[in-house]
Amino acid sequence: MQLKDEDRIFTNLYGWHGADLKSAQARGIWDNTSALVALGRDKIVEEVKESGLRGRGGAGFPTGMKWSFMPKESRDDRPSYLVINADESEPGTCKDRDILRYEPHRLLEGALLSGVGMGASACYIYIRGEFYNEGTAVDRAIAEAYDAGLLGKNACGSGYDYDVYLHRGAGAYICGEETALLESLEGKKGQPRNKPPFPAQAGLYGCPTTVNNVETIAVVPEILRRGGAWFDGIGRPRNTGTKIFCISGHVEQPCNVEETMGIPLKELIERHAGGVRGGWENLLGIVPGGSSVPVIPKDICDTVLMDFDSLKEVHTGLGTAAVIVMDKSTDIVEAIVRLAHFYMHESCGQCTPCREGTGWMWRVLKRMAVGRASIDEIDTLYQVTKQIEGHTICALGDAAAWPVQGLIRHFRPELERRILAYRKQAA
Amino acid sequence: MSLGMPAAAEVQPASFAFSAENRARVEVILKRYPQDRPESAVLPLLDLAQRQHDNWLPVAAMDHVAELLGMPPIKVYEVASFYTMFNKAPVGRHLVQICRTTPCWLCGSDEVTRALKDATGAAPGETSGDFTVVEVECLGACVNAPVVQINDDFYEDLDYDSTVALVEALKRGETPAIGSQTRRRGGEPAGGAKTLAAARPPAAPPAS
Repeated sequence: MQLKDEDRIFTNLYGWHGADLKSAQARGIWDNTSALVALGRDKIVEEVKESGLRGRGGAGFPTGMKWSFMPKESRDDRPSYLVINADESEPGTCKDRDILRYEPHRLLEGALLSGVGMGASACYIYIRGEFYNEGTAVDRAIAEAYDAGLLGKNACGSGYDYDVYLHRGAGAYICGEETALLESLEGKKGQPRNKPPFPAQAGLYGCPTTVNNVETIAVVPEILRRGGAWFDGIGRPRNTGTKIFCISGHVEQPCNVEETMGIPLKELIERHAGGVRGGWENLLGIVPGGSSVPVIPKDICDTVLMDFDSLKEVHTGLGTAAVIVMDKSTDIVEAIVRLAHFYMHESCGQCTPCREGTGWMWRVLKRMAVGRASIDEIDTLYQVTKQIEGHTICALGDAAAWPVQGLIRHFRPELERRILAYRKQAA
Repeated sequence: MSLGMPAAAEVQPASFAFSAENRARVEVILKRYPQDRPESAVLPLLDLAQRQHDNWLPVAAMDHVAELLGMPPIKVYEVASFYTMFNKAPVGRHLVQICRTTPCWLCGSDEVTRALKDATGAAPGETSGDFTVVEVECLGACVNAPVVQINDDFYEDLDYDSTVALVEALKRGETPAIGSQTRRRGGEPAGGAKTLAAARPPAAPPAS
């Protein structure tokens, strides 16, 4: 079932129209926002819970529930913060970039309404430093919103005081991890914190904090306008709403597209991305949710649905919904070697299994790419991924292990073939 | 994790101070953070210092930022060496960052790297004339792969020829249009979107 245009939230996903306030208002953004603020904290959380919205940054945690962890009353006058994670760096993912540069006002309206929903008095938008021009678009939108009285003291005339600030990162994938992001925002190296305490108890500057992804926050105004039931009616139970998919790699027309959660993977690619290069039969495998999730081979891609639970069933994940397509010309081992290099480069160095393990996996895989290894090293490699997974402070260790596990699970014969061919040639 | 080491002593300037204009910017930046949390401004201030100093960060600038924010210098060095966007040694006027991660690689980033070498004379990690070329990890523009970032700007949907043309234009002192180097606006499918019919702009003029 294809998503109807009238159910699409991001009407300027492609930048066909202005990102400025006037153009945004013409698209229905900032329309009677004070009435939505007036719904109040409890009603906003209730509506977001009813929508079934799950976080769009990768983990898929229910958003309304996350907000309800924020304290109802502040201890010793500590403020509460909303921090928006715009540190989009997961390979394959480029959806937040287009929200930031083409729909910044949708994000800012969401920042205000979400802030009310969690009792926050200020919001920091942490954007990756490389997104220089995107950050400038957000900065411009913030200035426009303040000038128009939509943010700041008595935001939208609602009586609610709310500040929004942009903070630029400086190049570190790990800062997309929420506690590393908070460390970075406090002026330190981006090294993740142990949890607990969770940010809702002690986050930014030790104050109650919720960190949400850009897309999560940007869909909130439409959920409140149209009602949680509307969003909940799209997709499948527990996997509701619309979702921006990023389709990259070996397709005829790579693109971002907003579709219904749970659209079949094959339909997504054929309808919107012009199909796999050389036709569906030329498909080798797909990384369906950004580089951290395991690759799946064609026979699974034939039928799988693009949502949290369907992809989990086939031992991969929706992640950020970044679909990386690889056709039969792909050197699948090299494709994963490059991801292993990525995680080695981005490991913050804090936990030994990740710091040492990511480099170890890359070096072994690099040899396996040319077959210079023995067959039982494949099992050793798999065991090492299991020693990294779950043994680190943050999920980067897991994210580094999963692509390697996916390679071994589905492409072991290819690894063995290269090892045997290399041995034969050497003999 | 950035492994960039500080430049050799002989290229380090003896001192650094923000210009009057940038001092004013520092005041604006500090207002974003609680008064008792000035160290939150360390990334924006290091960025400002780097922009003032030909796109690289000498030790004297880190010390200046440390003093302004009341931080021990070592804390600022730690930050400057952790984040990849701080250049601890001089770079060319055009810092060309080529994305090497899988989505760009699938779409031909090796060809773009080769074109950069042919057109600038610099392989990844080298400087030649005005150009410093480095390989970086995912830049986050994967549906417009392959991508390079030159200073603040992204150039997308590249191939060998368009990369050479881009470098040649920079050499002539021109300012090439940023973004897609084919005829795309953003992340829409090149063949035309099948969504958002009502929002669609008038058809683009035919290619010249």
